[in-house]
Amino acid sequence: MSGAGTPGTGAGAPGTGGPGRVTRTGALPPAPTAPRSGPTPTSASAHEPYDVTVIGAGVVGTAIARELARHRLRIAVVEAADDVGEGTSKANTAILHTGFDAVPGSLEARLVREGQRRLAAYAAECGIPVERVGALLVAWDEEQLAALPALRSKAGRNGYDRTVLLDAAELRAREPHLGPGALGALEVPDESIICPWTTPLAYATQAVRSGVDLHLNCRLTDAGPAAPGAGPRTLTTSRGELRTRYLVNAAGLHADTVDRMLGHDTFTVTPRRGQLIVFDKLARGLVDHILLPVPTALGKGVLVAPTVYGNVLLGPTAEDLDDKRATGTTADGLACLRARGARILPALLDEDVTAAYAGLRAATEDDDYRIAPWPDQRYVTVGGIRSTGLTASMAIAAHVTGLLADCGLDLGEPGDLAPVTMPHLGERFPRPYQRADLIAADPAYGTLVCHCERVTRGEIRDALTSTVPPVSVDGLRRRTRARGGRCQGFSCGAAVRALLEGHDRLETR
Amino acid sequence: MRPERTVDVLIVGAGPAGLAAAAGLAAAGVGRVEVLEREERAGGVPRHCHHGGFGARTFAGLTGPGTSGPRYARARVDAALRAGASVRTGVTATGWAGPLTLDTTSPRGLERLTARAVVLATGARERPRAARLVPGSRAAGVYTTGELQQAVHLYGQHIGTRAVVVGAEPVAYAALDTLRRAGVEVAAQVTAESRHRATPWRAAESRLRYGVPLLTGAAVTELVGRGRVSAVGVRHRTGLLAQLSCDTVVFTGDFVPDHELARRGGVSLAPGTRGPAIDADFRTDIPGVFAVGNVAHAVEPAGAVAAEGWRAAVSVRRYLLSGRWPSVVRGV
Repeated sequence: MSGAGTPGTGAGAPGTGGPGRVTRTGALPPAPTAPRSGPTPTSASAHEPYDVTVIGAGVVGTAIARELARHRLRIAVVEAADDVGEGTSKANTAILHTGFDAVPGSLEARLVREGQRRLAAYAAECGIPVERVGALLVAWDEEQLAALPALRSKAGRNGYDRTVLLDAAELRAREPHLGPGALGALEVPDESIICPWTTPLAYATQAVRSGVDLHLNCRLTDAGPAAPGAGPRTLTTSRGELRTRYLVNAAGLHADTVDRMLGHDTFTVTPRRGQLIVFDKLARGLVDHILLPVPTALGKGVLVAPTVYGNVLLGPTAEDLDDKRATGTTADGLACLRARGARILPALLDEDVTAAYAGLRAATEDDDYRIAPWPDQRYVTVGGIRSTGLTASMAIAAHVTGLLADCGLDLGEPGDLAPVTMPHLGERFPRPYQRADLIAADPAYGTLVCHCERVTRGEIRDALTSTVPPVSVDGLRRRTRARGGRCQGFSCGAAVRALLEGHDRLETR
Repeated sequence: MRPERTVDVLIVGAGPAGLAAAAGLAAAGVGRVEVLEREERAGGVPRHCHHGGFGARTFAGLTGPGTSGPRYARARVDAALRAGASVRTGVTATGWAGPLTLDTTSPRGLERLTARAVVLATGARERPRAARLVPGSRAAGVYTTGELQQAVHLYGQHIGTRAVVVGAEPVAYAALDTLRRAGVEVAAQVTAESRHRATPWRAAESRLRYGVPLLTGAAVTELVGRGRVSAVGVRHRTGLLAQLSCDTVVFTGDFVPDHELARRGGVSLAPGTRGPAIDADFRTDIPGVFAVGNVAHAVEPAGAVAAEGWRAAVSVRRYLLSGRWPSVVRGV
């Protein structure tokens, strides 16, 4: 480890040296004086720099921090928002891709393929909800039908050979509620749905418990010059300065801005807005698979997919914008989605809408991820991570860790991280309100607060006392589903807010 | 695993309709009448309606002042208890295990309850912003009247400084009362309709005494704001566009039935209301399953649905005695 002031490397047992800090306010505290997992430092100083600082606590940044936490390093994550996964990560289509339709030979294709395997295993280990529902690329006209065999062979070139061509009758047998006019489909049995909120939270939780410092509400304003030799650079943030030897840019939509701070002008992030509509659980019976459009020259089109929470998702639109904060929905966008949904699954439109939202994908002018090491600056750019970033996140993390080593970072031998168990937000396994054992042990798990989503007081309490606790109603929703249902708080909103604010016993009448 | 129990009548929802049905049935001596209420307090929506007018009697064309919602709710609960019904709060009916069998969750554990008749009195809710497909930002500061009333009257929470109220049904005027009590200035009340739907006195008081402008023929087109709402975009039917600055938006009215349990039980819905289809005797198309109150026809005042509850009690009792159910239930 370059100049970390600690003896030896490689014998580390990450996760044994106490947890890192989660900070949201005040001046940044000094870096810990030694790798948290290591022995007492020989040259303790309040001004020790971090070994690696990751800019951005989205699914990619937290995955990188978690991967690095396996090594005996002092790691910080710096995030402008007040929570993890607050940018692109929280508003996507929540699909764990096989990578069947990636550009063969691209970095994205490789990392999605590898990341899918890694994340599926990780999800099973820590309780991230995943359901292997399979996808159907539905052809609605002759041109789309004719395109299916080529997609099948493309999948083969991406190392995925389990696709099946279905005729109209086979398709209808699988999806009886499909609108009229579907001519056939390509079945991709291993496409899965996943919880996009639990994933970065699991990474962040495990990273923090293994010693990573997570600094939220902390916007990078200046990256400073690289010091000569192995000396650290000084980052300036909205909460003060921070010194670090290595820097990883996982700033998502703002990766180009951060890259320019480092003097690179190699790509521009054009936010591509995707508006989505979420339908109530009573719609879940209408669809069994992810219904994908057949990609054509006009773009990727609109999908209908179940979610792990038992809802149905319709979207996204694809609008190239200039404003990286334009996360609002539009009347035209929602009308367009409803028109498309009416064709794909007509009965869907009779169901209640529980949410409409828009996410911004970090598209660049390039058709692949922009991951580049800058050894002179001890800096790695992780840009252009588009909608596949959730699937690829763990593979990106491993790849970036390798690039940091190429830039001179002494990683030493990795250790194993203490496993984490996340609250299971999915519908595939019994939820706490259905478990007599949990309720017997703690009646809080039998006290329903959010009725639409069946969230108990016990789950809300657990979230509020977790390693990376929420500070907003939305943050609490992403950890528990509370207030995320059809009534949108009509019944429980005030009670949920009271729990969040710690005044839950004020009800007097 | 799940303890099982049998009762005579199971009523889901301890609002005015469910409590009245319970009181009527228990008073008639049909045996064990049990009301399940998912909230920690029984009483339903009146619990958080602090305005008056509940249980007001009309005589010779004049309507009395009635009482406040919470008082009314307590009186209805007391009446059901006095009649001999069991009202269990904090108990959620989570699903059906048979045609007349419900699974429940409460802090005391899981249960499976079978009844000779089930009455669905699950009420209604206001359609929230998302379901109305109002585009724009997902900023905070957006309420329904139900959430607003609970936040103010039950929890004393801070609301905001300046609000826009969407809707002009009577419930919108209740929202205005609550905002006033919470110290929130009201920028405007907007409705896409051509006039308000409250009593002339209520509407005049709001405009003249409290100075709340009512914009008719104006649809909310967009919510603006980062983190917190900063404005509401409205479009007048003449095509005029405007932004009303505010940090709070209350979507009122536009009630929809809370029909989840009915649908999960396979009860057919009435196409117009999307509530359970019932006949004049409150019977659904599932033998032994009744539906009463605002779940069947969002939305009527508490007194009206309580009266329905009493009438439903008569129907349920008749069914318990005769065991007869029509082969085809025709909606009324």
